[in-house]
Amino acid sequence: MAKPDKGKKGINRRQFLTTTLKTACSVGIMGVGLGFYIQRANALPPLAIRPPGALPEDKFLGACIRCGLCVRDCPFDILFLGQLGDDIPSGSPYFIARTGPCEMCEDIPCVAACPTNALDHSLTDIEKSRMGLAVLVDQENCIAFQGLRCEVCFNVCPIRGKAISLEMQPNVRSGKHALFIPIVHSDACTGCGLCEKACILEKAAIKVLPLGLAKGELGSHYRFGWEEKQRAGEALVTPDVEHQYSLPAGVRYDLQGEGLILDGKTDSQPPQSPFSTNPLDTLNRKQEGK
Amino acid sequence: MTNMPQDAGTEAIQTKGWVNAHKWLILRRMSQLGILALFLMGPWFGFWIVKGNLASSLTLDFLPLTDPYILLQAMISGVTPETTAFVGAAIVLAFYALVGGRVYCSWICPVNMVTDAAAWLRRKLRIRGSSHASRSTRYWILALTLVLPLLMGGIVWELVNPVSILFRGIVFSMGLAWVLILAIFLFDLLVSRDGWCGHYCPVGAFYSLLSNHAMLRVSATNREACDDCMDCFNVCPEPQVIKPALKGAAKGIGPVIMENQCTNCGRCIDVCAVDVFQFNNRYSNLSKSGIQPAKDYSKHTV
Repeated sequence: MAKPDKGKKGINRRQFLTTTLKTACSVGIMGVGLGFYIQRANALPPLAIRPPGALPEDKFLGACIRCGLCVRDCPFDILFLGQLGDDIPSGSPYFIARTGPCEMCEDIPCVAACPTNALDHSLTDIEKSRMGLAVLVDQENCIAFQGLRCEVCFNVCPIRGKAISLEMQPNVRSGKHALFIPIVHSDACTGCGLCEKACILEKAAIKVLPLGLAKGELGSHYRFGWEEKQRAGEALVTPDVEHQYSLPAGVRYDLQGEGLILDGKTDSQPPQSPFSTNPLDTLNRKQEGK
Repeated sequence: MTNMPQDAGTEAIQTKGWVNAHKWLILRRMSQLGILALFLMGPWFGFWIVKGNLASSLTLDFLPLTDPYILLQAMISGVTPETTAFVGAAIVLAFYALVGGRVYCSWICPVNMVTDAAAWLRRKLRIRGSSHASRSTRYWILALTLVLPLLMGGIVWELVNPVSILFRGIVFSMGLAWVLILAIFLFDLLVSRDGWCGHYCPVGAFYSLLSNHAMLRVSATNREACDDCMDCFNVCPEPQVIKPALKGAAKGIGPVIMENQCTNCGRCIDVCAVDVFQFNNRYSNLSKSGIQPAKDYSKHTV
C-alpha cells in the first residue's frame, strides 16, 4: 500500500522532532541560567528584614507571590518591595530597621493581609514573632561601655526589661562608678528594630540581624556540669577514690593540709621520726649494715 | 490587492473614520490604563479602591483576585495558601474561561502596550526580518517555570517575569525594571516580530490554556467580503489563528476563530475596511449545518 504523502510525512516528522528538540534544548539552557541567577538573586542582605510571621527564607520565597498587600496594609508604611536591581529578591517585602522599624501592631495587619501564608497566619501574638535578633554589635562605640548613661535601646524596647535588660558592671576606668550594659535576650526579642532606630550613635551600635547570623549554637553533645548536677540531684561523675599512701606505721599524709602527720606526736616532745634527724645516717645506712 | 504592513489600517480609516478604525484598540488601552489607574488611586491620592497588584489584589476590602498561574507556582513550591487566595484564583479562572484566557494579554497586561508599540514601529519602519523561534517555545518555558519551584523551592519566574515586574514597577516602585522592559521593546522591534508575547511569555501560554472552551470569540462572519488586503494578518499578534477561520470556507471550516492563542484584542475588526470580523460567541459556528469548528485545522504557523 503506497501512500503518496509518506515521504512528505517523514520529512515533517523529522522537522517536527528537530524543532522540538531545538526548542527544548534552548529552554533547558535558559532554565539552567535562570537557576544560577535565582540562587544569587535570592540572597537577602542582612539588614533587610522580613515582616513579622515570615516563613524561613527558603520557604518564604516559595510562598510569597509578591502582591504587596502587606505593604499596603502596614499602617506605618515601613514595608517595601524589592526592585529589580536591588539586592533584595525582586518583589519581596522587607523593612530596614534603622530607617523604619516594625512598630509591632497588636492586630498584625500585614500578616492578616497575606493571601498565601508567606506571613504565617498562626502568628497571633506579635511578641512571639521573630523577625530577627537585636545584637549589640559594637561594644567599642556603644557609650554604655564608656560608663555613660544612655539606655535608650533599653527604654524604647516594646518588651521593656525583657528583651533588653541592663546589667551592672564595675567601671574599672573610674574605679568607683558602674557601667549599665544593655543585654539582649533572644527568648523575648522580636527583632522589631526599634532599638536600632533609636540608637543615638551616628551608626547604630545595636543592630537587628537575621537569626541565622545573630545566634551561636552549642554543639549538641555539649553539657554544662552544674546544670546536669542540679537536674540529677547529685554529681554524675564517679567520686575520686581516696589516695592510699604507702607509709610506715604511725605516719599519715594530709594532701593540701598539714602534710606529713606522725601519730602519737605531742607538742612538748620533739618529733619521733622513724628516720634519723641526720640525713647522713640514712645515706650511710647500707654501708654500716655490711 | 495586498497592502504593505506599514499601511495596515489605512483603508479602514478612509472608509470607517479614525475612531471606528481604532475602536477596540481605544477600548483596550482604556482597560489597561484604567486598571493601572485603579491600583494607583490609593498610593497617589489616598483613595483606596484596589490594593495589591496583579499577583493578588483586594478590591474595596471585599473582592479578592489572585493570579492562578502564580498561585500554582507557589503551591508547587510547597505552601498552603489561605482560602482567600483560592477564592480569588477561582474567580479569575472562571472569568477567563468565559471570555478567553488571553484577554488577560490584550486587555490587562501592561507589557502588551510595550510590545504593541514595538510591533507598530516595526511596521512603520518596515523592519522585515524576524527570528524563527517556534511559537510553542512559550509552553516549554511554562513547563520550566512550573518545574523550577519544585527543584528550587521558590517562585523562580516571579524574579524575572516582565509582566509582574512592570505592573509592580508602576504601582509600587520601578527600580531597574525599565531596563528589562526596554530590552523586550527592542527585541520585539529589531529581532523578532511579536517576539515576547507571541513566542516566549509563559503567562500568555498559561492563560491560553484557559481559552479552549471560552464563549467570547472573534468571528470572520462576513468572510465572503474579504478582499485579501492582508491588513488583519499584518496587525494580528498571533496571525496563525486567522487563516483557518477566514480562508477555511472551502474546507468546511466555520468562521469563528477557535484557536486558544487568539487574544480577543479585536484589532482585526478595527483594521478591516470591509468589516469581515466581529465579536461573537463560540456557538455561532454551529448556526450553519455541516460546518466544523476551525480549531482542528489550525496550525501554529501561518
